[in-house]
Amino acid sequence: MSRRTREALLGYALVLPSLLIFGTFVFYPFFKNFVLATQKTPPFPNLPKRYVGFDQIREVVGSWEFSNSIKVTLIFAALTVPIGIVLGLLLATLAHQRLAGITIYRTVFSSTVATSVAVSSVIFFTFLNPQIGLVNYWFGRTGALSPLDDPKWALAAVAGVTIWQNLGLSFILMSSGLQAVPDELLEAARVDGAGSWSRFRNVTIPLLSPTLFFAAVIGGIMAFQSFGQIDFLTEGGPPRDRTNVLVYAIYRATFKQSNEGKAAVLAIALFVITLVLTLVQMRFVERRVTYER
Amino acid sequence: MSGLAVLPGLGLVLAQMTPGFRRFVILVVVLLGVSVVLTVVSRVKQGPLAHRAGILNRYLLLSLLSLIVLFPIYMTVVNSLLAPDVIARRPPTLFPTDPTWNTYREAWTDGHLNRYVFNSFLVTLLIVAGQVITSVFAAYAFAFLEFPLKRTIFVVFLTTMMVPFEVTFLTNVKTVSAFRDIPVLGSIAGYDSYGALVVPFLATGFGAFLIRQSFMSLPKDLRDAAALDGYGHWRFMTRVAVPLARPAIAAMALFSFFGAWNQYLWPLVVTKDDRLRTVQIGLRQLSRVSIDKFNVTFAGTVLAALPLFVLLVVFQKQLVRGLTAGAVKG
Repeated sequence: MSRRTREALLGYALVLPSLLIFGTFVFYPFFKNFVLATQKTPPFPNLPKRYVGFDQIREVVGSWEFSNSIKVTLIFAALTVPIGIVLGLLLATLAHQRLAGITIYRTVFSSTVATSVAVSSVIFFTFLNPQIGLVNYWFGRTGALSPLDDPKWALAAVAGVTIWQNLGLSFILMSSGLQAVPDELLEAARVDGAGSWSRFRNVTIPLLSPTLFFAAVIGGIMAFQSFGQIDFLTEGGPPRDRTNVLVYAIYRATFKQSNEGKAAVLAIALFVITLVLTLVQMRFVERRVTYER
Repeated sequence: MSGLAVLPGLGLVLAQMTPGFRRFVILVVVLLGVSVVLTVVSRVKQGPLAHRAGILNRYLLLSLLSLIVLFPIYMTVVNSLLAPDVIARRPPTLFPTDPTWNTYREAWTDGHLNRYVFNSFLVTLLIVAGQVITSVFAAYAFAFLEFPLKRTIFVVFLTTMMVPFEVTFLTNVKTVSAFRDIPVLGSIAGYDSYGALVVPFLATGFGAFLIRQSFMSLPKDLRDAAALDGYGHWRFMTRVAVPLARPAIAAMALFSFFGAWNQYLWPLVVTKDDRLRTVQIGLRQLSRVSIDKFNVTFAGTVLAALPLFVLLVVFQKQLVRGLTAGAVKG
C-alpha cells in the first residue's frame, strides 16, 4: 500500500465513528420526517399507514393548533430575547470595570448558567405556587390561581423563568463582547469630549453589534427549541394551549396523541425556522468579514 | 396619553402589594435614586470625595443587582432548611433560625437523589468522553490528512449543526426501541438503558469544528518536524497535537458537560425505569409531591444544582471560552 492510500484509509477511519452516529441519529431521522409527513398515522397502532402526499402537511399547517403554536412561540421569543439581551448588557456594562472584588460580582452574574432548565423550573414552580409561593403573596393575589394556571399570565410567567435562567449566558456573551471593544477607541472618544453615555451609544454599541446580533439569533433559536420549562411548569396549558410552544406540540403529537404524521410535519416546520435563523446569522457574519477586509 | 395611563396602573399594582414587599420595592427604587444622585455628583464635582462617591455608587449598584439575581437561589436554600409549615407561614421567613438539615438526607436517600446524581454523572462523563474522542479523531483527519471527499465530509459535519435534536427525537426514540430486538446492541443501547441516553450524543459537528480550528492554527512545519523524528500520525496526534490544542479541547469538553448534564427532552422520552432517571427528570418527579414535602424538593434542587455551580466557580475562564467560541468564530 502506498503512503497516500494509507493516509486516506486512516482519514476515513477517524471520521467514521462520527459519521455512523450522524447517519443514525441525525440524517436518517431527518429524512424519515419527510416520509412520515406524507403518511397518515392510523387511529389504531396495528393498522397500515396510508400515503396521503401533501394532504397531511396542508391539514396540519392549516390547523388552529399549528398557527397557535407558532404564535405562542413567537410571543415567547419576543418576550425572552430582547429583555434577556438588555438585562445581560446592563449587568455586563456594570461588571466591566476595574474594581476590587469585581470577579465576585462576575461570578454572581454568570451564576444562572449553572441552573439547568429543571432547577430553575422547580425554583419558580414553587415561587409561583398559589399556597406557598411568594409571587401571589407579594402582589396581593392571595387565593388567586397560580400565574401558571392563569391564561393571562402563563406565557409571561414561563418567559420570566426563561429570562432568569438565561441571564448568566447573556451576561457572559455581552461581557466577552465588551472585552473586544478596544480601550484606545473609548479613550480617544473621551479625549474628544464624549460623555459616558455618548461613548456607550456611539462607540460601544456599534462595535458590539455583531455580539448583539449573535445573541439575538441564538436567543431566537433557543426560544424555538424550548421545551423543558413548558413541560415542567404548564404542560402546554392552561386551557386553550396558551403555552403550547412548537417543540411541546411535537412532543404531545408523538407521545400523547400518538400521531407521528402530525409530529413529523411540526418537526419539519421547526427545522425550517431554525434553518432560516441560522442562514440569516451566517449571511451577516460573511458580510462583516468582507467589510473588515 | 398611554404613557400617562401607566402611572395609575403602577399605583394600583403597588397598592395591591403586601406591605412588606411594597417596602422592599420602595427601598430598591430609593437606592436606585441614590445611585443616580451619586453618579451625577461624582461627574459634576471633582476631587477625592466625589471619586469615593463614584466608587461607592458602583458597589451599591452591583450589590443591589447581585441580590436580585441571587434571590431565587437564596430562597431555595432557605426553604430547604425550613419545616413545611414554616415555609407556608406569612410573612415569609427570610432567614432560617432553626434549620433542619435532615431534608438533605431525605432528598438524597428517600428522594433517590443519590441514584439520579450518579446516573447524571455517569451519562454526562460518557457523553463528554465520547464527544472528545470522536471530535479529536475527526478534527485530526480534517486538519492533517489528505483523502478524497474530505471537503464534502467536512460539510456533512457542519450540516449536522443545523439539525436541532428537537427535529429528530421522535424517530430516534423508535430507533433505540428497535435496537432492543438486536441481540447485543439491545442490552447496551436499547430503549430504557444507559446506552440509549448516551449513544445519540457521541459525536458533534461543533466539537470537531472547534478542535479542527485549533489544530489548523498550529505551525505547518510541526508535522514535518515530527515526521522526521519518526512520529507516525497516532504518536503525533496524542503527543503533540492534542496537548497543544488543550485549551480548545477543555473548552469543548466543558461546553459538552453542561449540555449533557442539562439534557431534559431525551432522558424524559427514552427512559421509563426510575433507576435510570437523570437528575433533571428526577427533579420533575420530586416537584410533583404534596406541599408538606416541599422542603425536601428544595433540598433536592440545591443538590442537583451544586455540581454545575462548583464547575462554574472553578472553571469560569474555560467555560466563558467554550460558551463564546461560537460568537467569536461566527
